[in-house]
Amino acid sequence: MPTTLTVNGQTQTLDLPDDMPLLWVLREGLDLTGTKFGCGIASCGACTVHLNGEAVRACQTPLAAAAGAQVVTIEGLGQPQALHAVQAAWLRHQVAQCGYCQSGQIMQAAALLAATPHPTDAEIDAAMEGNLCRCGTYPRIRAAIHDAAKGL
Amino acid sequence: MASIGKIARRGFLFGAVAMGAGVAFGWWKYATPYANPLEGMGTTLNPYVLIDAGGVTLIAPRAEMGQGIHTTLAALVAEEMDLDLAQVRVIHGPAAPAYFNAGVLEEGAPFLPIDESWIAQTVRAAMHVPGKFLGFQITGGSSSVIDAYDKMRLAGAAARAALVQAAATRLGSSAGLRTEGGAVIAPDGTRLTYAELASEAAKVSLASAPEPKPRDQWRLLGKTQPRVDMLGKVTGTAAFTADLRLPGMVYATARTNPHLGAGLVQVDDAAALAVPGVKAVLPVPNGVAVVATSTWAAFKGAELLSFDWAPASYPDSAGVTQALTAALAAPYDSRNRNDGDVDAALTGDIFEATYTAPYLAHATMEPLTAAALLADGKLQVWAGNQLPTQILKIGAEFTGLPQDAISVETRLMGGGFGRRAEMDFIAQAIHLAKAMPATPVLLTWSREEDMTHDTYRPAAMARVRAKLDGGRIAAFDLATASSSVVESQVGRLGYTIPGPDATIVQGAADQPYTFANHRVTGHRAPAMLPVGSWRSVGNSQNVFFGETAMDELAHLAGADPVEFRMSHLTHAPSRQVIQSVAEMAGWGEKGRALGIAFCIAFGVPIAQVIEVEDTAQGLRLKAAWAAVDVGVALDPGNIEAQVMGGMVFGLSAAIRGEITVQGGAVVQQTFWDYEPLRMPQIPTIRVKVHETMPRLRGIGEPGTPPAAPALANAIFALNGTRLRDMPFARSVNFA
Repeated sequence: MPTTLTVNGQTQTLDLPDDMPLLWVLREGLDLTGTKFGCGIASCGACTVHLNGEAVRACQTPLAAAAGAQVVTIEGLGQPQALHAVQAAWLRHQVAQCGYCQSGQIMQAAALLAATPHPTDAEIDAAMEGNLCRCGTYPRIRAAIHDAAKGL
Repeated sequence: MASIGKIARRGFLFGAVAMGAGVAFGWWKYATPYANPLEGMGTTLNPYVLIDAGGVTLIAPRAEMGQGIHTTLAALVAEEMDLDLAQVRVIHGPAAPAYFNAGVLEEGAPFLPIDESWIAQTVRAAMHVPGKFLGFQITGGSSSVIDAYDKMRLAGAAARAALVQAAATRLGSSAGLRTEGGAVIAPDGTRLTYAELASEAAKVSLASAPEPKPRDQWRLLGKTQPRVDMLGKVTGTAAFTADLRLPGMVYATARTNPHLGAGLVQVDDAAALAVPGVKAVLPVPNGVAVVATSTWAAFKGAELLSFDWAPASYPDSAGVTQALTAALAAPYDSRNRNDGDVDAALTGDIFEATYTAPYLAHATMEPLTAAALLADGKLQVWAGNQLPTQILKIGAEFTGLPQDAISVETRLMGGGFGRRAEMDFIAQAIHLAKAMPATPVLLTWSREEDMTHDTYRPAAMARVRAKLDGGRIAAFDLATASSSVVESQVGRLGYTIPGPDATIVQGAADQPYTFANHRVTGHRAPAMLPVGSWRSVGNSQNVFFGETAMDELAHLAGADPVEFRMSHLTHAPSRQVIQSVAEMAGWGEKGRALGIAFCIAFGVPIAQVIEVEDTAQGLRLKAAWAAVDVGVALDPGNIEAQVMGGMVFGLSAAIRGEITVQGGAVVQQTFWDYEPLRMPQIPTIRVKVHETMPRLRGIGEPGTPPAAPALANAIFALNGTRLRDMPFARSVNFA
């Protein structure tokens, strides 16, 4: 049975299996490739998207659980010409190295700032702990989150 | 990776020619044997510059795996052409021998990195010539900027000179012409863009090679540049391999024997083929791949395969430890450091300790991924990879096509750390493309396949014996054992390299300490689990062994660890980075637990200090500092990022990194049981960059090796626990 959901403001009706993880729906069903596959078991955070405003791991969210929901991906958060405050801070701090984890990092940070506009270091630690980065960009991520908070 | 002896001898043969001709002229002359791979793609002035109506495209022919190399390489050309980075497009470009990397061989010269003698310099320079004849387009060994520094600036300068000459011909005068913002500008304000001059400039033949700009005229180099890939990476539009979408594309995943290198006896694929979306189960070397309409369906199918695997040819972890112990007692592979008479000096009361380091996985954030299409007598390959010319070679082998019917698009890679210099995943994609002609196949490994089918940092063991006399080291004898990375890695590429493996002693034999009696011996353990280049290679274990021993000896001598190191160093840049990091960290202040470590890695002196503290949750890393000397800092902001990142990579390994073998297979499967450090574990990190070394050096790897010993030494300072075995979380409770 087709599933209807809203992705980045657009209504999508998809004839895909109910148990297909949202990650693969986005990447291969809708060709929204900014959301990344890293582990498939919610241990790395590379697939983080917003589901009704909450940061979730798309690899553990079956399509059925997103039915009727508002999904926002990195492509919907902001665009090259109209960056979200978190993306703009990432640019100022030159955060990304390989960049593979950064869509997830940015989505997680945007959800944090939406709930907690001026997080402490401890709050940043707690919110960002699920997002791995093998390049070791953590110090710049922390600085960029504090900087983005100033602009909110 | 090359035989040092062999390359050095070839280097000598070609050396006289290269040196006699001079570097600049040499580049032009030696550029001839390889065709410009951009011919036919637009107007091209040399292999690094392509100009069309859309503007200027610069080719940065090294793998962008996060180290920022596309930005720095493009800046070398843009600087000379008076272009801004925001004005140009930067691409990796095709796989071609014209993009050979000579820099990767330079540090392989058989001289200490601090040896600036005429002979050492000559051999290092000569390495650029055999590098070109080998035609390897490799990214590794922190070598990209070394290789590119002269030749890409010269390419930019020559392109600019040709454009100016074309403008002079058109205007009838060369007087007062200048270049700015992608145009040649005449004194009367006439502006001729590079795009309109390009086809005329391509016909210009320059009478002599132009000189690159002196440093005091640099606009871009020496200053932090915004990365050319940053906007794509913060908006999700950067193109990684898995983001490729082609009409009719199918998705695949591979399952190969977890007993690495052994074959497939039998597979039952009935259940996999019954999964909706699964189209086929096809053979790949030592296993199969499931091909489906989505990666998810391929993953589901792969989980339902049942295999009968051939057994492993190597031992489990306990056997590896035995093999390393036996190797230390067996005849040596190399002894390139043997000053004084160590045996005579090691008498009476001596220090002796044994150190170990486990296997480590690369665990790049992006699991291994490659795509291929065989159609109309042509093979196309898309992959993030560190060795594109090798793809041409294996593509030709597997398909029977000539190399010029094969093209490689090197995509951005989600981390490399040495793993993407391997061909296994790319070979699988080519096999699938061959089995499914005219169908593009995108192959993605699961995290578990990636973790259990790596080419690991070798497990290693070292024994240090030393003699103190009057508070100084009278004799230092370090023996280190591991399987050979060169034998394993180069063997997989289809080459054999005779002679000792310098990576077994890398980070030990090449250190600048002066001890009256000093011996470093490398012992080659047999080939066991496949091993490969892992960020900083031999430095990653040997600097831990050597610098932990130095700390132990300092304490035994009752000396301050910083002072103790300084008293055994005369090399000024090495002394400076130690002094510098000690000042930054407030070394010597009472009541703090600080540890220091130092090394020269890839020609870069680097010192790090780490501060630890006890908390209710466990031991916490409070702060870290690093000082490095890269000779010339082309992009200080990026150098800082690489040193921080390298340090975090080293700390992840030091604290939690461990791959073990059981029943012939790797035990760790994913980030639950091979867990890198996360945000709460990361200390503040401060980096200082010096520029006193006589030669420019790359910075992708040097940040990693000192991190583990600096941490171990800090923990000793905190509570007296001496850590001689990695990972430390086996014996310390970290917060």
